[in-house]
Amino acid sequence: MSELPLSATADAALQAAPATKARGYWATVGRRIMRDKVSMACALVLLLIVLSAILAPWLGLEDPYKGSMIRRLRHIGTPGYPLGTDELGRDMLARLVYGGRLSLVIGILPVILAFCIGTSLGIIAGYVGGKLNTAIMRTVDVFYAFPSVLLAIAISGALGAGILNSIVALTIVFVPQITRVAESVTTGVRNMDFVEAARASGAGAFTIMRVHILGNVLGAIFVYATSLISVSMILAAGLSFLGLGTKPPEPEWGLMLNTLRTAIYVNPWVAALPGAMIFAVSICFNLLSDGLRSAMDIRN
Amino acid sequence: MLAYTARRIVYVVPIVISVALVCFLLVHITPGDPLVAVLPADASQELAAQLRAAYGFDRPLPVQFGLWLLRALHGDLGNSIATGRPVLAEVMRAVGNTVTLAIAAAIIGFTMGILLGLIAGYFRETWIDKVATSFAIAGVSVPHYWLGMLLVIIFSVQLNWLPAVGAGPSGSNSWAWDWAHLKYLVLPAITTSVIPMGIVTRTVRALTGDILSQDFVEALRAKGLHERGVFRHVVKNAAPTALAVMGLQLGYMLGGSILIETVFSWPGSGFLLNSAIFQRDLPLLQGTILILALFFVFLNLLVDIAQAAIDPRIKRG
Repeated sequence: MSELPLSATADAALQAAPATKARGYWATVGRRIMRDKVSMACALVLLLIVLSAILAPWLGLEDPYKGSMIRRLRHIGTPGYPLGTDELGRDMLARLVYGGRLSLVIGILPVILAFCIGTSLGIIAGYVGGKLNTAIMRTVDVFYAFPSVLLAIAISGALGAGILNSIVALTIVFVPQITRVAESVTTGVRNMDFVEAARASGAGAFTIMRVHILGNVLGAIFVYATSLISVSMILAAGLSFLGLGTKPPEPEWGLMLNTLRTAIYVNPWVAALPGAMIFAVSICFNLLSDGLRSAMDIRN
Repeated sequence: MLAYTARRIVYVVPIVISVALVCFLLVHITPGDPLVAVLPADASQELAAQLRAAYGFDRPLPVQFGLWLLRALHGDLGNSIATGRPVLAEVMRAVGNTVTLAIAAAIIGFTMGILLGLIAGYFRETWIDKVATSFAIAGVSVPHYWLGMLLVIIFSVQLNWLPAVGAGPSGSNSWAWDWAHLKYLVLPAITTSVIPMGIVTRTVRALTGDILSQDFVEALRAKGLHERGVFRHVVKNAAPTALAVMGLQLGYMLGGSILIETVFSWPGSGFLLNSAIFQRDLPLLQGTILILALFFVFLNLLVDIAQAAIDPRIKRG
């Protein structure tokens, strides 16, 4: 099951975190990940893509919206259009760089939102326990009865096309998954002596959760959440690909891939470019998440 | 075993009802009037009210849900607004094609995944492991709809070996197991298989590595058991978890096929879902999602029971 690698990281975080001083632990993790060449290469690629997306207007690129009927579907390497032009004659390089803005936001934001909501729900369910735990976790179970792609498409299909709707749909997909992880990690921590000690010295439930639990479970939940970004990027672009996300002429990788599908007989490699961007971001996040996971597993 | 099975089946009932509730509510979070698709633009108020009553949209929500659930239990999921045909029949016909695709993809993906995973687990930390793990990571990171496009570009556009879209020659609707039809299955099946391939590889690799590093393997080797015997023990210990992962993946392939079916115009449930969304055919949308989710729930149930049959420790847990 998917819990397999999770419980491993959870264990790692649980065993490592309380045993060493907080700063010492994170400094060690930081040092270990800096030494990992694959992780650093991925971080560099991601940094490059994110920076160029943010700085797009100042990079001296062509206008990503300005098309021209006379220069449609130019090949890669055409002078003036290093990555060719799309089906409406717009510069591909500019569109890919600008496309990163929306694609990254709709891919990453749902995971951040779900991380906040899921962590809160999971910690509450795990710490308070009892009926509240049953209520939260059984609701989570219901969402687990849907394959995530189906759930995302069902919700955004019902809500209708739009960026906001696709972000909402993806957030709903990831909240149950993060809640489950947060709950299981919290249940592992709540009976530890330092929590008992805090309770004995008169700390309220909210204080205990905020001060004593959160710090000890956040690492494990965070690693899990980073592993979801890759799926989220693929799904978010997939929703746009189906026509459930952004509307043309907005540059967005999934939507670009969809509109360029008709061009695969004319200029296939230009048509495939937006997908390569999604793949690059997705694989980098996956490798980085794996690197982070093994860096946090101090036992090895 | 029987008691465990019974317990698991009882546990599924509330899940099924909640799944039905989610599917039912899905239609009610949609903005706009669900009747827009059927009503002519110049329809009178009277006609609108008549249709509303005919579809039952004028009753309170809990009543609507109860009636809908009751009808659904009798196999009546309503009629498609776009075509007027019964939803269940439409969905079941499409699901057949999706199952064909998922099973073909499962055969490719699981075989590759188990092989790569075993090899990687046996040769941990060597270059063989690195190659296999890279394959796995690429498999889980690739946007599969893009991979589908790439395969079409290479094998249909450039090489002209395989057809790009459809599920049979000249728009044939019925599937047959001959080469003329199989040609159409190759690319979608390969595309669908990469994610399960990646996940099964990673799972089997982790399991094999863990099992090989356990003391009992050392003991087996110490007592002089040949490698084939050790291998049998590895397989036996890895099987329950690997089986659970594969069952889940099969469910994902059945339920998550919409993107691939859209790329290849494969006439399965995902393709149906896509057209239901864009024609705002809400009964069809609701019915397709319900059927696919139920497939997933029952597949999970089967996996749990099969897992308990292999590994008796699970029944006690």
